[in-house]
Amino acid sequence: MSHRLPKGGRLIDRSKSQNFTFNGKSMAGFQGDTVAASLLANDQMLLGRSFKYHRPRGVVAAGAEEPNALLGLGQSNRYEPNQSATTTELFDGLEAVSQNHWPSLEFDLLSVNNLVPQFLTAGFYYKTFLRPRAFWKHVYEPLIRRSAGLGKAPAPDARDPDRYEQIYAFTDILVLGGGIAGLQAALAAGQSGAKVTLWEQTAHWGGRAPVDGAQIDGQPAQDWINATVARLHAMDNVQLRTRCMGAGVHDHGYVLGYERVADHMPGADTPRHRLWRMRARQIITATGAIERPLSFAGNDVPGVMLASALRDYIVNYAVAPGARIVVVTNNDDAYRSAIAAHDAGLDVAAIIDPRAVASGDLPARARALGIEVLEGRAIRKVKGGKRVTGVEICRQDSSGGAVERSIDCDAVAMSGGWSPVVHLWSHCGGKLLWDEAGSYFRPDPARPPLGADGAGFVRACGAANGELLDVLSDAHRCARMAADAVGANGQPDAAPQATAPAEAPMQPVWMMPAQASYDLRMKMWLDYQNDVKVSDVQLSAREGYQSVEHTKRYTTLGMATDQGKLSNINGLAILSDALGQPIPATGTTTFRPPYTPISIAAIAGEARGAIFQPLRRSPVHDWHADHGAEWEPVGQWRRPFAYLRTGESRHDAVNREVKNTRENVGLLDASTLGKILVRGPDAGRFLDMLYTNMISTLKPGKCRYGLMCNENGFLMDDGVVARLDGDSFLVHTTSGGADHIHAWMEDWLQCEWWDWQVHTVNLTEQFAQFAVVGPKARVLLDRLGGMDVSRDALPFMEWRDGMLGGFDARVFRISFSGELSFEIAVPAGQGRAFWDRLVTEGADLGLMPYGTEALHILRAEKGFIMIGDETDGTVIPQDLGLDWAISKKKADFLGKRGMEREAMVNPDRWKLVGVETLDGSVLPHAALAVTGGKNANGQAQTEGRVTSTYYSANLGRGIAMALVRNGPDRMGDVLSFAGDDGKDIKARIIDPVLIDKEGAKQNV
Amino acid sequence: MSDRETSALPGAHFAGFVTVSEAGLRGMITLRGDLSSDAIAGALADVTGLDMPAQRCVNSAGDMAAAWMSPDELLLMLPYDQAGAMAQKLAQALAGEFATVANVSDARAVFTLQGAGVFDALAKICPVDFSEFDQGEIRRTRAAQVAAAVWMSGADQVTVVCFRSVAQYMFDLLSAAAAPGSEPALYT
Repeated sequence: MSHRLPKGGRLIDRSKSQNFTFNGKSMAGFQGDTVAASLLANDQMLLGRSFKYHRPRGVVAAGAEEPNALLGLGQSNRYEPNQSATTTELFDGLEAVSQNHWPSLEFDLLSVNNLVPQFLTAGFYYKTFLRPRAFWKHVYEPLIRRSAGLGKAPAPDARDPDRYEQIYAFTDILVLGGGIAGLQAALAAGQSGAKVTLWEQTAHWGGRAPVDGAQIDGQPAQDWINATVARLHAMDNVQLRTRCMGAGVHDHGYVLGYERVADHMPGADTPRHRLWRMRARQIITATGAIERPLSFAGNDVPGVMLASALRDYIVNYAVAPGARIVVVTNNDDAYRSAIAAHDAGLDVAAIIDPRAVASGDLPARARALGIEVLEGRAIRKVKGGKRVTGVEICRQDSSGGAVERSIDCDAVAMSGGWSPVVHLWSHCGGKLLWDEAGSYFRPDPARPPLGADGAGFVRACGAANGELLDVLSDAHRCARMAADAVGANGQPDAAPQATAPAEAPMQPVWMMPAQASYDLRMKMWLDYQNDVKVSDVQLSAREGYQSVEHTKRYTTLGMATDQGKLSNINGLAILSDALGQPIPATGTTTFRPPYTPISIAAIAGEARGAIFQPLRRSPVHDWHADHGAEWEPVGQWRRPFAYLRTGESRHDAVNREVKNTRENVGLLDASTLGKILVRGPDAGRFLDMLYTNMISTLKPGKCRYGLMCNENGFLMDDGVVARLDGDSFLVHTTSGGADHIHAWMEDWLQCEWWDWQVHTVNLTEQFAQFAVVGPKARVLLDRLGGMDVSRDALPFMEWRDGMLGGFDARVFRISFSGELSFEIAVPAGQGRAFWDRLVTEGADLGLMPYGTEALHILRAEKGFIMIGDETDGTVIPQDLGLDWAISKKKADFLGKRGMEREAMVNPDRWKLVGVETLDGSVLPHAALAVTGGKNANGQAQTEGRVTSTYYSANLGRGIAMALVRNGPDRMGDVLSFAGDDGKDIKARIIDPVLIDKEGAKQNV
Repeated sequence: MSDRETSALPGAHFAGFVTVSEAGLRGMITLRGDLSSDAIAGALADVTGLDMPAQRCVNSAGDMAAAWMSPDELLLMLPYDQAGAMAQKLAQALAGEFATVANVSDARAVFTLQGAGVFDALAKICPVDFSEFDQGEIRRTRAAQVAAAVWMSGADQVTVVCFRSVAQYMFDLLSAAAAPGSEPALYT
């Protein structure tokens, strides 16, 4: 059984007990434990069920490579599925639950999948699509959904109460990984004078050197680590950060770092995660190496783990994964685990070594301790279900037919050699070499990821560079090269010297025993999390999958949340063997960021709640909010849709506002309209190119309505241009279009007409602008006083500057409603005071503010188009009957040639008309006019669609505009519009102008 | 200035590991034109007494400052109630030149960040390397999702300018970045 050892544990503090629960059961650990360590200390070997077969699974690793030990952590708002037990630090009060079992972890009915594994072999998912066809939807999909998966999603109404943030940082040299290689690289780079940043994903410096018992410069590794960290802390040009993982390396030295600031202290008044957005001139990956499992039958039974993990648990946490241990290894390094277990007082039953001879320093030391070493042998099979009970031994060079001997044990420590962590090197295109001696891919220094200058910007060092033994001098050399690359010339101290026992060569062992029979291969797991076995990869090869990327997708090898950190090389080796080619010919799959999963919340950062998105507020936003405004988003603005009085529905409010504006006086906050100053000797010429109609002939003091199209002739924006003086125009755009039109202007000026003398200044926010609309509008302005706004002094489509009621005002006599109408611009800072004044002065005139819906209805009653309603990016001005606004005199304007293309001059284009339902009802939005026939695809034939539809309180019935084929030639025709309920609605084509066609009302 | 004029968030204040305060109305004038031309530099000097600032720099004297915004855009900052008259004077001085002067005082909101950790707070929202950001420098950048300009306006003090409509977003954003307990210890 797994248990806590009576003494030791370099990372735990036995004076600080931490209580936690697993599946509701109370347990205790110590500060410094990982969740995995504390579970093992409580003899909790079984942690979850596998993805497909629901096989019992326990801890395999002690770090980021763990495939199995994924738990649901926390409760309700803080619940998170799929959290790795090996990288989560224990804290007091932690609540963990296991995943993917039904009904319970101990008794899982779905483990029946395990009894019929031939149904779930490689590609089973794709094969279910084939036959019989109906089975996918009704049988396979529901079955797979219930049985396969990881943790459950949080409740839909759960809201994460924690804070998250991002941060931008810049450094010369970024060192990723704080083991001895990273520390030495940071030290040498720092001593060179470069600005250095060092990140370590765990809470501790030094990596696994202290566990492995290395000596550095004649002192224990831990002493050197402590001294080096202290030296680094003392250097002003070096920043160190633990609990911060280099998650991804991207172009131009952009690196994402995932800092788990407060995962170990939930509820603390600090951000939980911080996402670093780092720009580094040079990146050094010191990410170490990951041990590989061995493929033998039953290598997934709880109690089988990596040999390095076993000694990590013993040395770091004083946790023994078992009392009687078998070590199985193809290399000398794993003998350290046997020695560590023996030193901790545990019984090491045997070391199984498939090599014919194990004669290095470490095997000799193990033998000297009295540990039995079985050379040329293999584990034939692990015995046990929910935990290891023993192993069967056979000859490595056999099919496993004969059991030589059985050994009782409760833990198996396995090692198939080590693979450098090349992920960060590879993210941005670094290439790999196959290292024959170590049987791993290592970074090819001749083909690094390249920066904008064509030079490499990532360097791997130490074990991550494939230098498993010569770690420190490799890190030192790498740091000096990086320092050189950033022009830091300081002379670092000499590299320290590490001493360790000599190790004999490892022997590649991809299957154990070497000629294992099918029933053994069916129980050899390559990918634990996705349940991919040796037999699956072999089947995939037989079925024709030769590319490693195809095999990955067909078998799901390496597609789990651990991204194949343990399974990659073992799977490639099996595939290569099946294809009869060397491993480098097979190659490896692509390494993609992030290195391990990062939280979505860290990616969202601060953007949630009130600052999820910027909301643009007009200068009178607060007044609207205080007066019943229901909001409508317009771009990032919030505009009042209508102002609801007590007891009113939205519909009531809109009807009231519409009627009052035509009968008394309405007030509209039009501050959101774009206002762009276009100024310079070529301003008129420039606007003649941007608008379809002539602008340059406009006289100062006057206004003109204009249309803007893109190069294809499609309508893009509209609005009123006012000429301020000879060189200056003020361009009004739609509310949502202001930023785009400003950018559009700058684009043309900077890229195409760079020699034209035109400046643009976006003045949208400089002014608050209010429309005073209705028969009593002039009365109200006269009451404010200061400006003559009479018909003769300020005619329709003109503007004047002046002081209106003591405010600095520019008054435009323009109308989007057909009523007598003024738009008054004042500096935004005066906006609220001016609005308040209008409301007060207008009270006894019946003044009411109105919102965007009333604005829409008022313009629709007059047949005025709205960009975004009547246009959708495929509509040209001619479609809307706006031919009058297209200059025939101008040699060119944007969109002119586009409008002349064949499809644009087709007489069958749908054109704008008014439509009225025969029964007075309101047509549904975007309803299609159907002809009754079907097209080649079996869809209803159509001849038009509704672009705007409202209830008009002024007319007492529904009004609408529509684009209809040959519409203007079909006045009086009755169309059938498809209703939402399947019934057609009859509507007659009419003139879109429904009120005051001659324009008498606006011209008083 | 009279009480009819109000800034975007009068009195807004947050005390985090740096303090965030809305700075009230500030006069601002945009000058567009070729900043490298003698005529424009001369007009600036004549009217304001300020030298044309170098790239990404601010020149200031008394309560007036001129900030480089792009090779053809300058931002003049001055007391709010002087902006209108100053814009007219500048425009007159530049008559006949290809130059545009516009009073943009009301289009902006201004915040002051004060404290030893100002860069630590700003680094969370602005992609700027503040390690060599000195007094007299300005950056046009972005604060999370909106445009911003930032400059060192004093010791441990940074001024942030944004569009008026997003003043509330900017204030909430700066307050979140300065929240106690979230000190990142990057520049401090």
